[in-house]
Amino acid sequence: MFRVGNRGRLAVGAVVVGAALALSGCAAGDPLETESGKTDSAGGTIVVGSQAYPSNELIAEIYAQALEAEDFTVERQFNIGQRDAYLPALESGEVDLFPEYTGNLLQFYDPETTATTSQDVYAALQEALPEGLAVLDQSPATDQDSYNVTAEFAEDNNLTTIADLAAIENLTLGGNAELAERPYGPSGLQSVYGVTVDFSATGDTTVDALVEETIDVANVYSADPRIQTEDLVTLEDPAGLFLASNVVPLVSTDVADQIADVINAVSAALTPEGLVELNVKYTVDQESLEDVAGEWLAANGFTAQ
Amino acid sequence: MNWILDNLDLMLELTLQHIRLSLPPIILGFLISVPLGWVAYRFQLTRGFLLTVAGLLYTIPSLALFVILPPILGISFLSEINITIALTIYAVAILTRSVADALGSVDPAVRDCATAMGYGPWRRFWTVEFPLAGPVTLAGLRVAAVSTVSLVTVGILIGVQSLGYLFTNGLQRRILVEVFAGVVLVVLVALLIDALLAMAGRRLMPWAPRPRSSRRLALRGSAAPE
Amino acid sequence: MNLLSEAIDWLFAAERLSGSSPVPLRIGEHLLYTFVAVLVAAVIAVPLGYLIGHTGRGRELAVGLSGAARALPSFGLIILLVLLVGVVRAPLAAVISFVILAIPSILAGAYAGFEAVDRRTIDAARAIGMTEWQILWKVEVPLGLPLLISGLRSAVLQVVATVTLAAYVGLGGLGLYIIAGLALRQFDQMLGAALLIAALALVLDALFAGLERVVVPAGVSVGRKGFRPTSNRRRAVMETSIESGRG
Repeated sequence: MFRVGNRGRLAVGAVVVGAALALSGCAAGDPLETESGKTDSAGGTIVVGSQAYPSNELIAEIYAQALEAEDFTVERQFNIGQRDAYLPALESGEVDLFPEYTGNLLQFYDPETTATTSQDVYAALQEALPEGLAVLDQSPATDQDSYNVTAEFAEDNNLTTIADLAAIENLTLGGNAELAERPYGPSGLQSVYGVTVDFSATGDTTVDALVEETIDVANVYSADPRIQTEDLVTLEDPAGLFLASNVVPLVSTDVADQIADVINAVSAALTPEGLVELNVKYTVDQESLEDVAGEWLAANGFTAQ
Repeated sequence: MNWILDNLDLMLELTLQHIRLSLPPIILGFLISVPLGWVAYRFQLTRGFLLTVAGLLYTIPSLALFVILPPILGISFLSEINITIALTIYAVAILTRSVADALGSVDPAVRDCATAMGYGPWRRFWTVEFPLAGPVTLAGLRVAAVSTVSLVTVGILIGVQSLGYLFTNGLQRRILVEVFAGVVLVVLVALLIDALLAMAGRRLMPWAPRPRSSRRLALRGSAAPE
Repeated sequence: MNLLSEAIDWLFAAERLSGSSPVPLRIGEHLLYTFVAVLVAAVIAVPLGYLIGHTGRGRELAVGLSGAARALPSFGLIILLVLLVGVVRAPLAAVISFVILAIPSILAGAYAGFEAVDRRTIDAARAIGMTEWQILWKVEVPLGLPLLISGLRSAVLQVVATVTLAAYVGLGGLGLYIIAGLALRQFDQMLGAALLIAALALVLDALFAGLERVVVPAGVSVGRKGFRPTSNRRRAVMETSIESGRG
């Protein structure tokens, strides 16, 4: 199967050479697209973006295939780094649709927010979004930052919540480099729970670093299958350091109405367990992105089996 | 191995994309460095300045250049032009010195002969000096080309797709063979472009030293005894 | 140049010294990786290069392997090795990648330095009864030193720029500011760190430029004139790259 993910991107590049070529190349993959009045009236292509994070990429691919199944023309701009890098692209209209997370996104626009529950966060987020951006319905699936320790470490130190860490000295927290500056990073740990940590920017090797004990506490996203496979213990967060973070489609208001039906249906069908399962297929079973997304859409009745 | 068989299409696409991203900087770098190298060779005063600036540009880490160019040039963070410009800068940094050295390596007696035969500076440059400087220039071009192919991979960190995707995606998914495939494909692309350049050189410059030594690359002039 | 002044403000902010990620620590990490890698590469490449230069054998192989090594993308190599040896030994993985990056330049510098030695000089040394060992140490090594240093110089520059990528696998160095800055979209921090790395590279470059001058043995001119290797080695030297790309 031709990997649609890159077909779109190749097309972007080909624009440099010749826009016409790119467009015909894109459409050639699906003759229905050219016949469908919908894409023409849509006034162009829906550009779907994703973070450089496999779990996010999966959701983006599901959005993209769901839209394609409804005869939209889709272009993929995946792996656009972190929020701080891609939100400007959404605001400028380069990207139309992006899988986001309610809590993290709210904290980005409103670092002082006090909302912690799922509903409050979603409501506050709708207020906080800048002009031109909107969110569609949030999904029950969550994928939020969480602090994790190894089962052994949890047992040895009798840990169940983040607050229990305060009793331990010389803790090292590992996570993406930017965690150092995030409100829920070392400073938040200190102010909310009185936990003092050193920070180590372990990036994409964070879980390995935790398992190999070069760090004591790791910031892992809750949909990461390695929490199960590596037998990690996610510390509870009674004081709400982390906001609830449900998967939510962030869209440009220009296309929100057009795609709302398709994407809202996807969001409704995506469950927390379903998201972990998708991740298992992608990272543990090493299936390809479009296969994992395609199978999920078929299994959930979006496309013919 | 399963991963490879399941992802042949992806690998092919990323490889093509990688080649597409690699070629413009190599070509642009060459076109820009010929006049720059000539200026550096021709005017002693500018030589030090140009070569120092070129050396300085070369010390900027690629990742840093990728992220700094957009705000400076006012282009989009996601634009591929960003990568093209950054890699062209590196190619120019390598090639300007190569071209200057190559022109410097032309036997002065030959140059004098051409002048004596009535060649004006323009004609002398294009018909005598530049062709004779060709082999050394080509050697520099091949270094620049291989370097460019390797640097394209770093673009994935700012969201520009290339074979570098296999590195970051492979690390995130912990698929060793994916990263390995990426490394092998990058090497193959580099060697392919290198071989094409070498072949073109042999075709276009029959006066170049035989393949045995034409495979050797240009030496930086400052230390070159000659 | 608003951004530039912001970057300079970033560089000279008090937190650069006292914060959780102090600049001196990052410079130290950056230099440590650079020096360890170049040192290891030199230990491997210099004897090998001398052997090739002295015997004139194995050159094709060395050139071929160097060419292939140059084509290896350092970024991919670091990730591949980290996955192979595990995250605990990630520093080892990074150093190996940088060593592979540094070897071609140093190797070329070592054998080119030998090949640049005038055949007549070596013949003369042999004629006055020097042993092969003496020729190596008293003639070829000193005369080849400037080119070797030149090779080391390119290697250091490539490695210093490439160590930036080590931060991607959690190894610190100045690249950490760039990786974190990228995620946080803090251009002042990214540009500031880039300036630091470029400055570091320039200082190292200047050191090696000085060294290149110092090591020219007394009585030898390495100027552009008056030094004419006679054999066909001249061409070989002329076309041997010490410079190379980086990943």
